[in-house]
Amino acid sequence: MKPFDQKLDIEAILSDLEHYVPRSRGWHWRKPVDHQKIGKFEYFDTSESLRTSVGLPASHAFDSIDPQPKAIITTEIASGRFEDDIRRMRMAAIHGADHMMVIRTAGQSHFDGLIEGTPQGIGGIPITRKQVRAQRKALDIIEDEVGRPINFHSYVSGVAGPEIATMFVEEGVNGAHQDPQYNILYRNINMVRSFVDAAESKTIMAYGNLAQIDGAHNANATAVEAWKVTPELLVQHAINTAFSIACGIREENICLSTVPPTAPPAPCVRMDLPYAIALRELFPSVKMRAQMNTKYMESSVREATVTHTLNLLISQLTSADIQSTITPDEGRNVPWHIYNIEAVDTAKQVFAGLDGINEYVKIDRQNEKLSREIRELKERAVLMMEEMLEVGGYFEAVQQGFFVDSGLYPQRNGDGIARKISGGISADTVFMRNPDYFAPVTAHFGYNNLVQYDLQDPTEIIDGCTFEDRSKIIYIDELDESDNVYLRLKETEAYRKNSIVKPEMEWQGDGVILLTMFFPLSVDLAKAAALQTAKQMNLMEAEVIHVEIMHPMEGTRVEVKGKVPFDINVASLKIEPKPQLLEEEELKEHIRNHPFKIVAGTVGEDEHSVGLREILDIKHGGIEKFGFECIYLGTSVALSKLVDAAIELSADAILISTIISHDDVHYKNMKKLHDICVEKGVRDRLILVAGGTQVTPKIARDSGMDEGFGRKTKGQQVATFLVKHRSEVKE
Amino acid sequence: MKRKDDFETRRKSISHLSHEELHQRFWQLSQQLVDPLIELARQHTTPSIERSVLLRMGASSIEASTIVGYALANGIIGSGVGHCIVKVMSHYHISLRDAIVMCTDEAFFTRNFKSGGVLNETV
Repeated sequence: MKPFDQKLDIEAILSDLEHYVPRSRGWHWRKPVDHQKIGKFEYFDTSESLRTSVGLPASHAFDSIDPQPKAIITTEIASGRFEDDIRRMRMAAIHGADHMMVIRTAGQSHFDGLIEGTPQGIGGIPITRKQVRAQRKALDIIEDEVGRPINFHSYVSGVAGPEIATMFVEEGVNGAHQDPQYNILYRNINMVRSFVDAAESKTIMAYGNLAQIDGAHNANATAVEAWKVTPELLVQHAINTAFSIACGIREENICLSTVPPTAPPAPCVRMDLPYAIALRELFPSVKMRAQMNTKYMESSVREATVTHTLNLLISQLTSADIQSTITPDEGRNVPWHIYNIEAVDTAKQVFAGLDGINEYVKIDRQNEKLSREIRELKERAVLMMEEMLEVGGYFEAVQQGFFVDSGLYPQRNGDGIARKISGGISADTVFMRNPDYFAPVTAHFGYNNLVQYDLQDPTEIIDGCTFEDRSKIIYIDELDESDNVYLRLKETEAYRKNSIVKPEMEWQGDGVILLTMFFPLSVDLAKAAALQTAKQMNLMEAEVIHVEIMHPMEGTRVEVKGKVPFDINVASLKIEPKPQLLEEEELKEHIRNHPFKIVAGTVGEDEHSVGLREILDIKHGGIEKFGFECIYLGTSVALSKLVDAAIELSADAILISTIISHDDVHYKNMKKLHDICVEKGVRDRLILVAGGTQVTPKIARDSGMDEGFGRKTKGQQVATFLVKHRSEVKE
Repeated sequence: MKRKDDFETRRKSISHLSHEELHQRFWQLSQQLVDPLIELARQHTTPSIERSVLLRMGASSIEASTIVGYALANGIIGSGVGHCIVKVMSHYHISLRDAIVMCTDEAFFTRNFKSGGVLNETV
């Protein structure tokens, strides 16, 4: 299947999954290239470029380059329907994401066993063997498209960690969150069970060479004042790291999940930096997975993007091996396609913009205050661990509520998350291994009596387990006839087959659109007015998802989401045909035989000249090079002056440039130019053309022009039009 | 517990440490905290660990859940549920796959692995 120029075929991906074999096991890092030349520039911090990619919007001005940062870029995708997420993964990958993190459906942590089939999820997707296979198979196609390995990632937590880890290794999943502290603190799963399970899970992950991300960042998101848990974060990272190493995970696969805890209007970069440095100094040989702040996200995507940009600045100034991204709409809804892409682009844009800056700008590590703050954080962490040992160890400390207390350790406010050693979900499910305990499998942690069967390799007795012989894996397709991907695909078939289309934010055919509006009203009235607007536009399920006060009395910005009640028939859509351009030689020859004279200028009270000069000047590749004679009258030219000059010089055409568009003055000027030509009786023999960044061709034509040209117009387009139009009119 | 920030008092015991010594202390304490957890994990098992063993042996997730459920009910989990399958294989001279399927039969499993059952030799 080579569908690079076509849509992914979800049915084809779902077919024959039973025989799917993952291409590889384990994590893939990017390949850094030092001092790489890309386009016109030298980059200090980039990695290998992609085979196929979509660059930043401004890249067209830079030879369409798309420099890829060194850090892996993560995007978190989980809309509840994995089949729709596959398309989003493809979009994210082509924008530069190579780590697809799949969030699990609410409640999967407490599901005692593997879920099978493809039921729909809430706030995430049920992670099942079939879903993993389908997404990994789709990612194989996507990696061929972009020319870079793509890491697939989910969670090895909850009460089925070892089983999920097993399935992940079997199915070629590349990375996973694994941290027993997450189970204990945030999922209230029994702590003894969590650590015993974790040892097995980590051993399996180590065997599969999966990257492991820990769970410390959750304390940031949970704590009342996120910056006060920083000493504890160091402790949480240390516990999971030391435990992981004991289970055989290599340091290069241990990734600490770290978030700059604070956000503006706090002086966040200065506050977050000492923690970022302390962490990297204490953990020099493991990897950093830099996450973006979620704690202080509201519904403004602009505000979130700025906070995240500052987080990226910290990543650049310190280090990030994996740069996670948070969609800027997470504070208002389950992330939409477009915001996954925005977040990936934000990371790519900031890293490109800051490329190599560390060679010019250095953190003043010797600064007395900074140095003291770093030292203090480390000392607070050490003191916390000392006290944990004094009270009897990790379990006792958790029981006493040491973690996620809102006080900066050693200050204690008594509001930490306390869990009982004998309490929580799945308490009393940990069993002592008997002397004859035996498990005939690879990657098993702890006591295993091989002597009783005189074995060196435990799997000898069964001729290899699934890790050696994947034909032993039992694949289950579907278990629930009323909730599976086939039923969902049937509902959206018409949309997928492209005969009809609907706007879409999350799921195929969801019909969701976003409206941004301003009302000169106070907040409550503006919200009501926004909903009324949506109602009169026939939007269904309209909901205000963002309001911002512009002024308490003068007005409010409101954003509303809603669903359109109609489908669009794709066949009925009309695309304005792209004009066929005449070749350079054709143009030159035509003008040689039929000379063409143009009078041009920027009209109105407007001093812009760059755009018009690019269209005219030979040195900018303008139309002069085809032989047009151009008489340029300059900027702020009166319309009547242009017409008079055209008459006097017997010109064939008048070209006006009009950049200022306030109050539609550009279209008013076009109409006026047309009227003057009519008045003077020359409209029929003069071709009138208007150009400018805010010019829409159709409106220009409606305003009396023969043609209008907007942003990104090239000289050849204008030349082609002029030549063709004159020939047509003469004919 | 509520406590004012007494960092300045507490830090007296470690303020003299050099940066390197402080880092060493940090890692030494982490290890001390983790060692008993590792030892605990070494000597214990759980239903999920046993299900993961059965998966790796070629059981489906449904079979694994069923068999581990029977092992728990019969108090045999401490010997390893994968071990039960191996015992069935060798005692009845059947294939691994057949042994897994047979163990999903509750009556068969209980008969063999209940206290005093044919294949329940150890406690």
